[in-house]
Parts: sequence; C-alpha cells; structure tokens
Amino acid sequence: LTLTVNGKPLAVPEGAMVSAAVALAGVTAFRKSASGEPRGPLCGMGICFECRVSIDGRAHVRSCQVPCRPGMEVRTDEL
Amino acid sequence: MNYDVVVIGAGPAGLAAARRAGGSVAIVDDNPAPGGQIWRGQSPDVPPAKLLCGARVVAVPEPGRLTLETYDSEVDLRYRALILATGARELFLPFPGWTLPHVAGAGGLQALAKSGLPVEGKRIVIAGSGPLLLAVAKYMRNHGAKVVLVAEQAGQPALMRFAVSLAKHPGKLLQSIPLRLGVRYLTGCWPVSAQAGSVTLRRATRTWTEPCDYLACGFGLIPNTELAALLGCRMSDSGVAVDEFQQTSIAGVYAAGEVTGIGGLDLSVVEGEIAGYSAAGRQAAARRLFGLRESRRRFAEAMERAFRLRPQVRDIATDDTFVCRCEDVPLGRIRAFNGWREAKLQTRCGMGACQGRVCGAAVEFLLGWKPESVRPPVFPARIGTLR
Repeated sequence: LTLTVNGKPLAVPEGAMVSAAVALAGVTAFRKSASGEPRGPLCGMGICFECRVSIDGRAHVRSCQVPCRPGMEVRTDEL
Repeated sequence: MNYDVVVIGAGPAGLAAARRAGGSVAIVDDNPAPGGQIWRGQSPDVPPAKLLCGARVVAVPEPGRLTLETYDSEVDLRYRALILATGARELFLPFPGWTLPHVAGAGGLQALAKSGLPVEGKRIVIAGSGPLLLAVAKYMRNHGAKVVLVAEQAGQPALMRFAVSLAKHPGKLLQSIPLRLGVRYLTGCWPVSAQAGSVTLRRATRTWTEPCDYLACGFGLIPNTELAALLGCRMSDSGVAVDEFQQTSIAGVYAAGEVTGIGGLDLSVVEGEIAGYSAAGRQAAARRLFGLRESRRRFAEAMERAFRLRPQVRDIATDDTFVCRCEDVPLGRIRAFNGWREAKLQTRCGMGACQGRVCGAAVEFLLGWKPESVRPPVFPARIGTLR
C-alpha cells in the first residue's frame, strides 16, 4: 500500500505500522524534544510516546501503534 | 456496551483469562492486534469474545464502568467483573546518549522490527539485563541482523547458579541459552554512553567503543500498574497485590500475568486461567491450578535473583543526563529535591506525554523515590473523550 511521509509517496508492506513507514522513508528523527533534540521510538509498544507523529492532520499519534493505511499523510517534526 | 467480564490486555494472561471466563466477555488492548508483546504479529488463538484492539482505558468514571479511547472514537464499557492483564514494559535506565534516535529498548527494537522496521544487515548491540536480551538476539539474528554482542549486567556467578537451577525447571529458556545462539554474550558488562553510530561499554576495568546501527537496551521488565492504581487496587512489592484466586483488594477486580509481578510467559498463562475461572465463579477449577502456579512462581523468583541489577548501574547516569525524556529534565536538576511532588512542581519531571511511565521506574532505581499517585486520564486523551 502507498502512503506519504512528509509529502513523499512511499510503498510499505501490508500490516506495517506507521513507525516502520517513517523509518523506511529514511527519517530517524520522529519528533523534536522539548529542548530541540531529535528523538525516535524507544519502547515500540505505546508507552514512551517518543515516536509520536502527525497522521492526516491529527497531532501526537504514537506511530508504533497505528497500522499503515492507503493514502495516509504522515508528518514528522521539523528539526 | 455491557459485558459480564472485561479483560484488559490481550497478551498471554489476558487471552488465557478470557478463555476461562464465562458469559459475555470483552478483551481490550492498546495494541493494534491481540498477542501482547511476546506474540506480537503472530495471530494467536483468540477465544470467542468481543475484541477491542487499538483501544486504551483512559478513565474509570465509576466502579463497573470504563472510558476507552481509540484512534478515532470513544467507548463506554460496563463490566460485572474486571480482569487486569496489562502486562509489563521495559525498565529503561538513563545514561549519556540514551535519547539518541538509534537507541531503543531491547524489547522495543524487537517490537519495532515485528512492526516492519527493517533490521536486515544492521549491526545491533543488545545491552541491559534479563532473558529478554537473548530472545531479542535470536530474533534479530534470524531476521538478518548482525548482532555484535549481548552485554548482560548480571555477573557470571549469579547466572551460573541460575543455569544449574534451570535443570529442575525445563522451561523454554533452555532453548535460548547463549551457547546455542552463537553470539558474543558478555556478562558483567553494561553500556556507559552512546554516541551517534556507536556505544561505549564497560566490563570490569575495560572500557571500549563498539560501532553499531542500533543499540537495543533494556534493564528488565516492570509491571504496567497504572490502571490498577487508578482503580484503587493495593500494590505489593512486585506489582498488583492479589489473593490466591488472583483477586485484587477490590472485589470483582482480578489481576493476572506480569502486572502482578514479573514471571514470564508460563506463569502469566496459569495466572490468567485462574483469574478467568475465578471471575466466572468456578473456584474449584481455579484451585486445581494453584500447584502449577506455585512451581512457576519459584522459577520466576530464581530468575529475578539471577538478573538483579548491580548498584554500579546507577552510576552510568551523569548529572546532565536527561531522566525525563518528555520534558528534557536532567538528573542533576531533580537530585536535590525530597521526592516526586517537589520535583514535579519545580521541573515538570514526569509530567509529559508518557506520564512518568519511563522516568518513574528509573528515578525509583536511581534515587529511591516511589511514585506517589495516579490520576485520570491515565493516558493522554482527547477532551471529547472525557466530557
């Protein structure tokens, strides 16, 4: 299926989580921390909130817990 | 929605509980599919029940009633009996560089890989403590990663005693002993810092740097007790306190699996079955499993002793290491306070999106502060959900 990460189209396998799509897009910094540091997923299971991204305009979604769907627009923080 | 039994958590304990519980049953899980972490991505057998995945409990408006939130909806759920099988998370200990994007949990990196993160050809250092490190090493190697080494903080003597005791408990662990795995397994070894593209490790008097694409680092597991605490369940030293029928201090509320204390897959399953039978009023059937549970508990205790964290691991966090990753609060800023309340008021430590789920246990290990209170919502929630 195809979705976009930061505006760029990307094909991902069925069943992949949004966290995997972001990584497959070559993005390592999912979000910018309170003091401006780049951060990526830590726990992989919805606990730490480090992997949060914006999906279809909805902010602060934990990318590790949301399956990819066709046409999703995923955005990571700009550092 | 109304159910006789609501099970929170679709991991091994929750699925076992749902299988034994009678009447109408609903299973709620925050993850997108059932299986918990150990069976993530494996399509486990799910007993007949209403399955609500991608749903987390955010509040308990009154006894017998839960407020759930999903990606795009809210659910009002009512129960006669409640079984908490909320599992465990990893214990993450802060050290310089642990917030870098290439540093993840050990189970964390495995969960991400099971979710589609490509690991083939990646150089991975696995560090921290516990049998999970070996399971992760095996998984990563089977998926084409190059496992550089596994650094286990526990010392050789403690692990040898455990290995000898394993002979009495022929469990699944025997399948993952490092000799069969063929990876470098260094005991008495732990990370002291991470840099972009590498990790610095210490073992006895030697300190050296290993290049890696990922550092997968976890120091054992801790129970997810937030919902139980919100409900007012009494805690034990190891997790949620339960009686012999897995009932918590609140009548009609049961707890099973890692949330009652870290014990592994086999103990979780038998506790789940006992909780399910008990919730269904089948005490005699529950009682028949007490012996099995007891032997699995003894195994869990031996494991806990073997992988106990050494005090030196406390010293890897420096004063400028962030302990709270949500609010970017360094250890040096909270050290001087008397406890959580003061530290929160002055620094916002523990008050970010994860609500102290990561820094809470780290600060308890580093400074001895116990978490003080849990308030709703227990997960960040939309205003509309809480109205």
